[in-house]
Amino acid sequence: MIAVAHPARQLPQAGPLPNSLQLTSDGRLQHLLTVEGLSRDLLNEILDTAESFANMNEKAVKKVPLLRGKTIVNLFFEASTRTRTTFELAAKRLSADVLNINVSTSSAVKGESLLDTLRNLEAMNVDMFVVRHQQSGAAHFMARHVEPGISVLNAGDGRHGHPTQALLDMFTIRRHKGDFTRLKIAIVGDILHSRVARSQIHALNILQAGEVRVVAPYSLLPAHVEDLGVHVYRNLEQGLHDVDVVIMLRLQRERMEHAHLPSEHEYFQLFGLTQRRLHLAKPDCLVMHPGPANRGVEIDSAVADGPQSVILQQVTYGIAVRMAVMSMVMGVRGA
Amino acid sequence: MPEIAPLLDSMAEQARRHFRQRGIDEPIVVGIHSGGVWIAEALRHRLGYTRPMGKLDISFYRDDFSRIGMHPQVRPSELPEELDDEHILLVDDVLFTGRTIRAALNELFDYGRPASVTLAVLVERDGRELPVEAAIVGANLDLGPGEQVKLRGPDPLRLERVFLEGGN
Repeated sequence: MIAVAHPARQLPQAGPLPNSLQLTSDGRLQHLLTVEGLSRDLLNEILDTAESFANMNEKAVKKVPLLRGKTIVNLFFEASTRTRTTFELAAKRLSADVLNINVSTSSAVKGESLLDTLRNLEAMNVDMFVVRHQQSGAAHFMARHVEPGISVLNAGDGRHGHPTQALLDMFTIRRHKGDFTRLKIAIVGDILHSRVARSQIHALNILQAGEVRVVAPYSLLPAHVEDLGVHVYRNLEQGLHDVDVVIMLRLQRERMEHAHLPSEHEYFQLFGLTQRRLHLAKPDCLVMHPGPANRGVEIDSAVADGPQSVILQQVTYGIAVRMAVMSMVMGVRGA
Repeated sequence: MPEIAPLLDSMAEQARRHFRQRGIDEPIVVGIHSGGVWIAEALRHRLGYTRPMGKLDISFYRDDFSRIGMHPQVRPSELPEELDDEHILLVDDVLFTGRTIRAALNELFDYGRPASVTLAVLVERDGRELPVEAAIVGANLDLGPGEQVKLRGPDPLRLERVFLEGGN
């Protein structure tokens, strides 16, 4: 007999052959849709490029003229503050012009299809789309349909992926810990609904992290999560033991259609990161969170604001990483 | 191709005279990656300067970005001091079209408003496309069409003649 998992717990697939879509024939990045399938060299190239943008803050003029005259559209079908503003700031620091379109306030409510929206914006001669959508695969769909020369960056699609978030997390870890091969990293919480977790796991595997753990109650783990190459823990104390980095995930209440959890209070009792539990990890363990954090649900305020937390650095580094990706995809156009 | 050491000696002498005439005690030396940084280090050593040196990677300021794309290895620019009202000695290895210097000046001015910028180059050759002139020059080379000169280094530093494909 074949065990079939409930459809809600299957890992979402965003469509075939993402790399033939996101890389040029000579292996350079033209869209960023997913971390899956990117080479270790390419990930390192992105992180290295981000490194040079990260030093720009000491300049009096925090801008470079790389994308002067380019128009970038932030197309957000789902609410976001951090991701949208850091993409916007990244574009502006590259001297591009930015258009923010939040679809709750636009023609999608009037029934215009994604393809119509795309065609209309293309007619305005834009150069890049940064897209967030509640459907897994939305960015792939756009990349398949945009005119040649226009790039698409995935800023989060459904439960599938959030590649720039994973890259900025890798950047943060690399800045503090250097080599990934000796690191033990625990990703804790709502793995089932988290596109961030999925992108992080792929990125950590590509960078050959020593050990990747996922820690969650059974009801928040996707079926066959072991197939992603992670060790599964259902107990937070055991999962935290001796780790170098702990990444807490936001409990995605808005994506929970069914009763995944008895109560948030009970969740915190079992899976909330407290100072006492953090002592089980290595003494210099980094505490990360992609934000926005539910204080008192997945993480205690004292830990989120504590000396081991790099949560605000993740936000700062997000700008440099997004600048790197934007300049790399725009740089292949004339080639 | 000429030896490097005598060129550096001559550049140091020109720099000494140049800044003495203008009553400037010690400018901030800024090298352009990679060759310019090597030359800047050697010059600074010869001049006995002690202020920390600046390094520029002009990749983000190039005017051919939309044609050739991102340079694969961009090193961070480092300017250790405030540039406002400072005298700058900008150093590069080869002055050819002048476009690198244009990009470097743009980047410098994003860090502050220097009092003056003096350009020093190891080698000056024909082929200027912009009105850029060096005040301190190690050697002047006449090269044939399709010929280029490259500085190899850092240890030892040497000049190499390169023939471009498609050149005569």
